[in-house]
Parts: sequence; C-alpha cells; structure tokens
Amino acid sequence: MKKIIFALATTAAVLGFSAQASAQEKAKVCFVYVGSKTDGGWTQAHDIGRQELETALADKIETQFLENVPEGPDAERAIERLARSGCGLIFTTSFGFMDQTVKVAAKFPDVKFEHATGYKAAPNVATYNSRFYEGRYISGQIAGKMSTKGVAGYIASFPIPEVVQGINAFLLGARSVNPDFKIKVVWANTWFDPGKEADAAKALIDQGVDILTQHTDTTAPMQVAAERGIKAFGQASDMIKAGPETQLTAIVDTWAPYYIKRTQAFLDGKWETTSSWDGLKDGILTMAPYTNMPDDVKAMAEETQKKIESGELKPFTGPINKQDGTEWLAAGVSSDDGTLLGMNFYVEGVDDKLPQ
Amino acid sequence: MSIVEAILLTIITASTPLVLAALGELVTERSGVLNLGVEGMMIMGAVCAFAATQMSGSPYIGILAGIASGALFSLLFGFLTLTLVANQVATGLALTILGLGVSGMIGEGFVGMSGIKLQPIAIPLLSDLPYIGSLLFRQDIIFYLSIALVVGVNWFLFKSRAGLRLRSVGDSHASAHALGINVIRTRYLAVMFGGACAGLAGAQLSLVYTPQWVENMSAGRGWIALALVVFASWRPWRLVAGGYLFGAVSISQLHAQAFGIGIPSQVLSALPYLATVVVLILISHNRRTTLINTPASLGKPFVPDR
Repeated sequence: MKKIIFALATTAAVLGFSAQASAQEKAKVCFVYVGSKTDGGWTQAHDIGRQELETALADKIETQFLENVPEGPDAERAIERLARSGCGLIFTTSFGFMDQTVKVAAKFPDVKFEHATGYKAAPNVATYNSRFYEGRYISGQIAGKMSTKGVAGYIASFPIPEVVQGINAFLLGARSVNPDFKIKVVWANTWFDPGKEADAAKALIDQGVDILTQHTDTTAPMQVAAERGIKAFGQASDMIKAGPETQLTAIVDTWAPYYIKRTQAFLDGKWETTSSWDGLKDGILTMAPYTNMPDDVKAMAEETQKKIESGELKPFTGPINKQDGTEWLAAGVSSDDGTLLGMNFYVEGVDDKLPQ
Repeated sequence: MSIVEAILLTIITASTPLVLAALGELVTERSGVLNLGVEGMMIMGAVCAFAATQMSGSPYIGILAGIASGALFSLLFGFLTLTLVANQVATGLALTILGLGVSGMIGEGFVGMSGIKLQPIAIPLLSDLPYIGSLLFRQDIIFYLSIALVVGVNWFLFKSRAGLRLRSVGDSHASAHALGINVIRTRYLAVMFGGACAGLAGAQLSLVYTPQWVENMSAGRGWIALALVVFASWRPWRLVAGGYLFGAVSISQLHAQAFGIGIPSQVLSALPYLATVVVLILISHNRRTTLINTPASLGKPFVPDR
C-alpha cells in the first residue's frame, strides 16, 4: 500500500509540475468552484464563463479550476494550492470562500483575487456580484399572476444577504400584482444536495404551494415540480431541459463578460481592487425565455424587465415595511446598496422566521 | 392522498438508500472488515445505474448495473486490504475519493439528461389495503428488495451456519482460521456483498430519489450509513429503525419549516443527526450486549501464514 500511495503521489507531483512548466509563458487564471462544473446551475454558469474567457483570450492565458471545494477550512488549502502553483488571478466563486480568500490573499500579495458575492475586499481582493434580485422580482411578478392559490414555495440555501434579497424581491414582485400573495420558505442548509432539494420541493408541494422557486444549485426541485405538474423557476442556469413544460423562466448568470474584462485588465497591468455589482442592464444576469405562460403574463414580464434595465424600476423602492411592520423605506425612496449587501431582515409579508 | 401519506412516502424514499448501504456495510463489518468506501461505492452505483438505464432504456438493467458496479468496485478494496493487507481505513478513504472522481468521469456525458424513473409495482390485493396499501405495497422494486434483504441478512447472520462462520471470522479471525474456515474468502464475499448493497443504494438515488445524474449526488449519504451501522450496534433491525428515524426527522423538519413553526432552520437541520444518535444510543446502551455485538477483529488485518 505504501508503495502504491507513493506511486500515486509521484504521478500526481509529475503531472502537477508538467502542468506548471507549460504554463510558464501564458498567464494562468484560476477558478475555485463550490460544486461540480456540470451541476446544471450555479457552478456550471461560472464554468461557462471560464470557457468563454479561455476562448476569448486563448493566446494569452490558460485557465485552471478546482471543483467541489467545500466551504470552510478546506477552501483555504485549495485556494492556497492554486496561488502557490502560479495562478496570477484567482476567482473564488462562492460566498463561503470569503474569509479564506482574504486570508490567502494576505499571504500572496502579488496574486490577484476576485471573490464572488462577498463583501470583504483587500488591496489584492476585488469582489463581484450580480443583482440576482432583479430577476427574482420578475419571477415574483410572474408567480403572482400564475399561481392560482397565491402561495409559492421557496427553497433557500443559507441565510446570507444574497438569499434574503432574493426572497424579499420575489415577494415584492408577487405582491405588486397580487397583494395577498404568500410564500413558504424552506431552508435546505446546503447549496448542493439533489436528494434534499427534492425532499424540500416535495414537502412544499405537499403543503399546497402551486409554484416553486429555488436558491439551491441542482435541477432536482425543477424535476419534482415537473413530476407533480406545477410550474417552477430555474436558478443560475437555464434549467429548461429538466422541465420543458415546467420552467416559467430562469435567472441565468452570465459571468463571461466580467471575467474577460477583468482578465484583460489584469494582463494590461491595470487590475485594481473594485467592488462590482452589475445587473440585468449590464448583461451579467439574463432571463431565460419566458415560457409556459399566457401571452399577457409574458408581456408583463418583458415590460418589467425593460423597466428594470432602464433604471425606471428599482425593486427595493418604498413604501416597504420590514417584517415587524416598522417602516423601512418611505414612498419613492430606493434602498442604498450597502443595506442590500448586508440584508439580514425580511420585508413585511414573508411568512418565515429568518434564521440568524 | 393525505398529507400524512405524502410525508410517509417521502420518508420511505429518503430512508431506503441509507438502510441499503448500511445493511451492506453491516455484513462487511460483521466479517471484521471496516470499509470506509461506502460513499464511493454508492456514487459508482448511482452513475452506472443511470448510464445503463439511459443506454438500454430499462431501469431494471440499470439496477443490475448499479449492483454489479458496486460489487466490482468493492473488489478493488478487497484486493488491496485482504490480499495485499493494506490499511483498511486509508484504503476505504481512497476508495471514496476514487469513486467520486471516476463517477464524475463516467457520468460526464449523462449530465442534464432527464432520467427514466423506476416505476412502482403494485402488489395485487395487498396494495388495496387501506392506508398501508398505497404506502408499502405500491413501491418500486428497490424498496421491496431492501426489506427482503434486511429479513434475509438477519436470518443469515443469526440463524444460518454460514452466518455463524462469518461472525466468527469477524470476532476472531485466528480461531476461525484454526477451525478451518477460509477467512480471506469469507471476507471477500462480505466485502462484495457490502459493495453490491451500496451500489443498489446508489441506483436508488439515480433512478428513484432524483432520476438524474449529478456529480456528487450521494452528498454524504454513505457516511451517514457508516455511522448508522455503529450506532445500531451491528444489528439489522436496529439499523432499519435508525435509518427510518433519520429519514423521518429529515423530512419532518422540512415540513415543519414549510409550515412555519418558527424554530431556527439550523437547529432543525441538525435534528436528524441528533435524534438518530440519541435514540440508537438509548436502544444500544447496554454495554455488555454492545460488546458482544461489536466484531472483535474489526479493522484488523489477517495474514494466514502467521
């Protein structure tokens, strides 16, 4: 056994070195994924961005990635390994990599880091995010029109600002067309567990929701919705294949333009730490085709999308009360980004206790 | 369908893979071999079952492929630990890591395909019984197999001569060897049975639970199965109780959340683990019977010449 382990270790080391050797002339851009690159959702969207980046700048860079990296201490080792192996620019693509990214970045001042969806920056750590909630507002509006019972099920992952924004935006969207709309929230406490996500979907449907939306990464909830004959929204990638007659639309993350822009800046020596938060108008976020709905609902969704893109409509604009009934935003006032990025409260009407 | 029935059905689907994988590991451990590769064998079963189903169009071929791949994959573990006498803990961990990697490679072409769901088989007469009929007798074949296997394993281990031999190998391989029992062969068979069960559990994941292939889709269920074996103190029926309790609490907490009972979701998510551990410790708390049930040679390598 010792021999075998040694043999494996040597092979791995040789492979590692050869990879490094061929990387000498080209800059290396690396990615850390929380899930598998073919999860059909979040990580796949990042990987498509990576592939497009590689095609766009094929003669100047090469890319490398680590998938299925658990959030927490293991992530630190993974990020450090990439930094050590000669990556010049590292994208860490999950909220739970935030502290680890900042920690490793402090050890490697010459390496540039980009952390997705977090809020901690450093001289060599930039953050980038997408205004997913704009898409969720549109989904909410569609749900408000499409649900006959007026109750949607929401499969959430972890109580972080990005997810809370999504729940609030969805409810505000739904209530803009149906003031009595309700949502039931189930926290799966995981980003990626098809079985558990399916169980959550079944639980919600058994309790009477007739429309489903998810903030977890696999297509399992979409599949359950299809099986039970209700409608659902896709997350992060277009999930139409999992539910051709089920998906109403999906919030599709389109990271490639950002990855190309930032890598180009890095190559030109013009990279600096920024905090980017783009939305529908910038194309970092697109909506999958509006399907399986009547034409008037589709027209409404397209109209709302246009208004959000033009800046005419901001989902978080008062009057909005917090869950306890106290005023958050007065009529006509829009929320500032700081509050949204740290969002840790529900708006009025969400029928759930936010885990703290 | 009433809500209670709906909940129970979901519980059965969620618990079956745990019970199956744990049952296989129980037999393996009863023979004195600790195989920590359950997760790896399970995911291999899941991917091979899915691939075979897609290619043949029949989920039953898929089930066979799942069982066969789990058993074959466990042979690798058997060869390393039984023939080459490698460390069982390290080899088991390696098997898990290898399984997760290899399954990802095999499954690459199958990602995003919509699966073929294994259809339930209604058992005549029994399926018409009120309440339990639709619950227990309108299930898929993997569920029926899991129950049959529990009954069979229980009978085999405690009522049959071969089972007695297997347990004696697990308790004291030196004495068993002296009595003329082929320790290595017994252990090979036990390891392969464990692999086959884990493979079947994997097939359940990709054909029944969520009929699709996603990398890593076992998501730690192999580890839960491993823990169940220990907490059930190597007794098949306790293991069933533990597996179903785990499933029941997991599903109930989701319903509790959807219902809005206002308990923090982190607490609810931890409940299945807590409840299962506490209950199984309570049923197995008698130290003496626990000692009797623990295979004394568990994890110890055996070299016939010595």
